[in-house]
Amino acid sequence: MIDFETPSVIKRNIEMLKMTAEGMMRPVSRKYDEKEHEKPWDYINMVWEFQKMSGGFTGIAKPKKDKTPDEKKKKRPPIGYMMLVHVVEQMSWGDAGIYLCTPDAGLAGTAIQAVGTPEQKERFLKRFTEGEPKWGAMAITEAGAGSDTAAIKCRAKLDPETKEWILNGEKIFVTSGLMAAQESDGILVVWATVDPSAGRAGIKSFVVERGTPGMTVTKLEDKLGIRASDTATIVFEDCRIPYENILGSPEVHDRTKTKGFKGVMQTFDASRPIVAASAIGIARAALEFVRAELEKNGVEIPYGLPRHKLTAVQRDVIEMEAQLKAAWLLTLRAVWMADMRMNNPAQASMCKAKAGEVVTWITQKAVELMGPLGYSRKLLLEKWMRDAKINDIFEGTGQINKLIVARRILGFRSAQLK
Amino acid sequence: MISFDLSEEQKMIVEAVSKFAAEEAREAARECDEAGHIPKELIDTAWEFELIASHVPEKYDGFGEHSALTGALTAEALAYGDLSIAMHAMAPGLIAFPILEAGTDEQKAEYLPLFCDLEFKPATAALIEPRYDFDPNELATTATPLPAPPASGGEYVLNGQKCYVPLAAESDLLLIWAAEDGATQGFIVPQGTPGLEIGEREKNMGLKALATYELVLNDCRVPQANKLGGQAGCDFGRILNYSRVALAAMAVGVANAAYEYALEYAKERHAFGEPIASRQAIAFMLAEMAMEVDAARLMAWEAAWKLDRGDEATKECCLAKTYADDMALTVTDRAVQVLGGHGYIRDHPVEMWLRNGRGFATFDGMAMV
Repeated sequence: MIDFETPSVIKRNIEMLKMTAEGMMRPVSRKYDEKEHEKPWDYINMVWEFQKMSGGFTGIAKPKKDKTPDEKKKKRPPIGYMMLVHVVEQMSWGDAGIYLCTPDAGLAGTAIQAVGTPEQKERFLKRFTEGEPKWGAMAITEAGAGSDTAAIKCRAKLDPETKEWILNGEKIFVTSGLMAAQESDGILVVWATVDPSAGRAGIKSFVVERGTPGMTVTKLEDKLGIRASDTATIVFEDCRIPYENILGSPEVHDRTKTKGFKGVMQTFDASRPIVAASAIGIARAALEFVRAELEKNGVEIPYGLPRHKLTAVQRDVIEMEAQLKAAWLLTLRAVWMADMRMNNPAQASMCKAKAGEVVTWITQKAVELMGPLGYSRKLLLEKWMRDAKINDIFEGTGQINKLIVARRILGFRSAQLK
Repeated sequence: MISFDLSEEQKMIVEAVSKFAAEEAREAARECDEAGHIPKELIDTAWEFELIASHVPEKYDGFGEHSALTGALTAEALAYGDLSIAMHAMAPGLIAFPILEAGTDEQKAEYLPLFCDLEFKPATAALIEPRYDFDPNELATTATPLPAPPASGGEYVLNGQKCYVPLAAESDLLLIWAAEDGATQGFIVPQGTPGLEIGEREKNMGLKALATYELVLNDCRVPQANKLGGQAGCDFGRILNYSRVALAAMAVGVANAAYEYALEYAKERHAFGEPIASRQAIAFMLAEMAMEVDAARLMAWEAAWKLDRGDEATKECCLAKTYADDMALTVTDRAVQVLGGHGYIRDHPVEMWLRNGRGFATFDGMAMV
């Protein structure tokens, strides 16, 4: 049955998170925007404790315990991803940059959960349930390879004597790379080629633990927005990792064994709606602010009036609301499919492309509508506009996501639609 | 619990209606558009889906309960075939659903069985007025109560002008929306009532197969008992929401038809040695069309779901309608663009969908679920 009722367990979580957002994020929003490269430790420590206790706000790192027969009986439909997008939306409503500092296994965890062996899950993910705050990160992008992952130059060579992989290359734009590779006992999932002549088939992903000799953080980017979150350049120089740290099969040419790469690619189907949700949280913050400010000044937003009876501002706000709802519903559909274990790459890319585009527009419009208040750093609108923009870029730009949607609806392979 | 799964019953209805839409309505659509006429057999077939009876309780000869969501799914599927045929077949709902939602027991007992009949009986409602600043909540058409002579139970006198009234000439019953003391109320007016003057059939940019009319109310008197909802009247805002959902869903149907047609065309049509869909300029248009159609559909679903729960749903219904209005125009325009010169030629249906799609921003209260 078609239903739009938010499950009560999600509602309860959201209420709690709203308090966290209002109490721990908003008050320091501006501070960590101005002081780039400083970390919101109060938030990090609080979330980490909670994470260890409960499996986390955003974490899917916690290994599953065996359920008692009683628990098994209660078969509710799974709502893992549905919960996740609601959580991320609410936290990004608080502050998207600070949300990105949340200590957890991040995309590395998603990838390991998707294709890791039980041994790998134990070895790499258990740490996210104990001890000090830790981060996981995903290193894909290189100076010469963004969305075009087949162009990856970072090399992984097998040392036949020691049975170790030797990584050489440079990765850029690694979100939380500093925290994962240097500042905590974290992990990094690195994409590298085992055979440059094999193109995409040669790309494999490897887990590198913090402190592995040969891995160095060489640069932190200064960014337009999401400044609380670090974006690192990481260099690998004869960085040796155990053979068992490869995710999926090391085979290049056997097509039946490319599950590893495909699996990691599929993590995007899960992560793109999360990015969309983060985007939507920022836009909702901006829109709520605009509405409240207008209301304070006696401007109501009426529904059901013909367009010619609305002022330009009212029309703008209604359009912002409609666009935001459109993006949110596309997002909910994508995660519902993920929870139902339905194949959702087109829907995941749709919501990401739509959300990236509309929140960019909505936050820009919010700055415009609020005039001098919007542009001023006294308020957060201008920051939200800067923060929002990243969502049209990372986890695949809007254009890459439209390309994915187009290939899916046309049934075209990448060679047929470049 | 959030879910996007249709019920088994809804799946069956959508499947059956979609089959009719694709195989019969779509096939006939161009001829109907050119001739300005829809063959009776087509409407009879569409009527077999029990567009109204399935929403009416047994005591009024139906066999179900009112569901805006199921209605929206059906409306989208019908409009996917052809908008004129869909609006024609759904026209009786313009009076039946308001009575179902807001009628008195007497009104329900008197009128609802008429629409649960196996035979299609044309009926309609008149809301839109021929002025650029038309506002359904501030109608220029007026309903004035006349002082009640003791025995007659009193009368209303209606005055004003309406347009875009589907099937006005052939309908036995019309629901006339008019302002009583500034509030929009409905009045059931039988055909032939003195003062009800049906004008010429309209000539519009789209919806050419659907017979729509202007009409004039010239001191048209109806008994007080014909006021929708009796003395207390009706909650017009809520009834209008059912129309918003219906029109939003139909806009999705039209746009989806155009999107799918353009998609197939772009795969077949070759230029510079490859399908035009292999070019990003075309492929991105198609991707955006797919996204927009889906987004508008989900908004219509959410609005309908909220209405069915009995919640205040004006915001959701209005957002769904305004989004779908724009979407239908954009997507049908893009479909013409994908076909290029061929899109402009009447050999292909996309120009017709553009003309029909443009209508949604103008249509108000012209369909109801």
